[in-house]
Amino acid sequence: MMKKHRIAFTAATLLGATSLLVACASGGVDQTGMSSAQLDALTRDVVKNSFQDKGIVKVSQALGEDPTDQACSAADVAGHPLSPERAKEIEALNLKTIQWPADGKYLGDWKEGEKIAQSGRGRTWTDKAGAANGGNCYNCHQIDKKEISFGTIGPSLYNYGKQRGVTDPASPQAQEVVKYTWGKIWNSKAYNACSNMPRAGTEGILTEAQVRDIVALLLDPKSPVNQ
Amino acid sequence: MHARSLCLAALGALALATPALAQKTSVQAIEEYREMLQDGNPADLFEMKGQDLWSKKRGPKNASLEQCDLGKGPGVVKGAFVELPRWFADTGKVQDLESRLVTCMSTLQGIDPNEVIKGAWGKGERANTTALATWIASESKGLRMNLPQSQPQERVAYEVGKRLFFLRGGSHDFACASCHGEDGKRIRLQDLPKLTGNPGDGVGFSAWPAYRVSSGEMWSMQHRLNDCYRQQRFPEPIFGSDATIALGVYMGVNAKGDKSAAPTIKR
Repeated sequence: MMKKHRIAFTAATLLGATSLLVACASGGVDQTGMSSAQLDALTRDVVKNSFQDKGIVKVSQALGEDPTDQACSAADVAGHPLSPERAKEIEALNLKTIQWPADGKYLGDWKEGEKIAQSGRGRTWTDKAGAANGGNCYNCHQIDKKEISFGTIGPSLYNYGKQRGVTDPASPQAQEVVKYTWGKIWNSKAYNACSNMPRAGTEGILTEAQVRDIVALLLDPKSPVNQ
Repeated sequence: MHARSLCLAALGALALATPALAQKTSVQAIEEYREMLQDGNPADLFEMKGQDLWSKKRGPKNASLEQCDLGKGPGVVKGAFVELPRWFADTGKVQDLESRLVTCMSTLQGIDPNEVIKGAWGKGERANTTALATWIASESKGLRMNLPQSQPQERVAYEVGKRLFFLRGGSHDFACASCHGEDGKRIRLQDLPKLTGNPGDGVGFSAWPAYRVSSGEMWSMQHRLNDCYRQQRFPEPIFGSDATIALGVYMGVNAKGDKSAAPTIKR
């Protein structure tokens, strides 16, 4: 059992790979004696051998081939952002996945939106399948000013609608902001290829009704966000 | 012991009462709660258990762990923690403290590694491994992190660990770096150490094992990583798997020079 899980760092595989590479070393080999591509391949093997399905989380789904995640992970390892062209390609790919409300109704109930924003539940291996997921919003954003327990990974969303001049979300002038807000929640990567924010609609984390309620929390003039 | 459990009960009540208080008072209450955490660490109890387990004759071979080589020679405990994970010639592997303990328990005592690898947190041989790790860490308290990078396998592990740290995946596209890639960020009110560079004395890698007040459990680094991955919406990392070891090397090497504070106490 131990042996099965520890193949990558054994002397045989590693030293074998190292001596082979040293023998034909050219550019791009660092002090590990391995090229970046070799290290990437080794990392894929390590991932394959290190994780197991648990509860509702399956290895095949969680660590599958997602072009957005792959490109952004690689850019982070390299320490420089995606090229503007590649970022645009990825944003276009993600934009295609956004489902706009069939009935044209973008705003739901901000009170429900607040509950969804508060909840961090869902999609971990200790969560049950079929239970309602939360939006995790307060983990990273300030939203309603009354809630002092908010994270700072994302920008503050307090006064989100007010700052964008939205006084009547149904008005034609507000449509651009309303649609952007819907799209950003549905798939954040459509607007910023390597955003830290989850793709709540595309990944099925939130339902269409939940997205509607979050949009209301941010844009309804009656929402505490805009007071 | 009695006074300590009373104190913990009072802390629990304070934490529950917090949301009902007015805004300014909530912040103050949280600060007070954090200060109170510094008084007395139940990790002491796990240290004592670990020290006892080290010298106790156990397992099918009825032997102690006193001849276990944690990297500085058989039986040398002091200073071992701040140099792990490292490469071991006898196993041909890079190992962290816990996977090394599994090797010693297997070879010296005859204990089946699967009792730990497939065990449950806080139970049986996995709980024993946590206690041993807690005591061994305490013997290096105040020493500076100094993981070796002289072996090629150790340098490869660092590079693999770096790639794992930035690996986005799961339904939420989270990587370790999503939360631990920038300075001064928080999840809710929890400060997040930046782990892509040196986080400072007793922060991040040099803070674990830690006693968790919220759950009343002693958490090893393997346990810490396991729960990070749970929250990341990743599948479960196998205990002592290469991914967990490589991440340990990445974080441990980044923490070079930081004074170890383990075992610490956390909310």
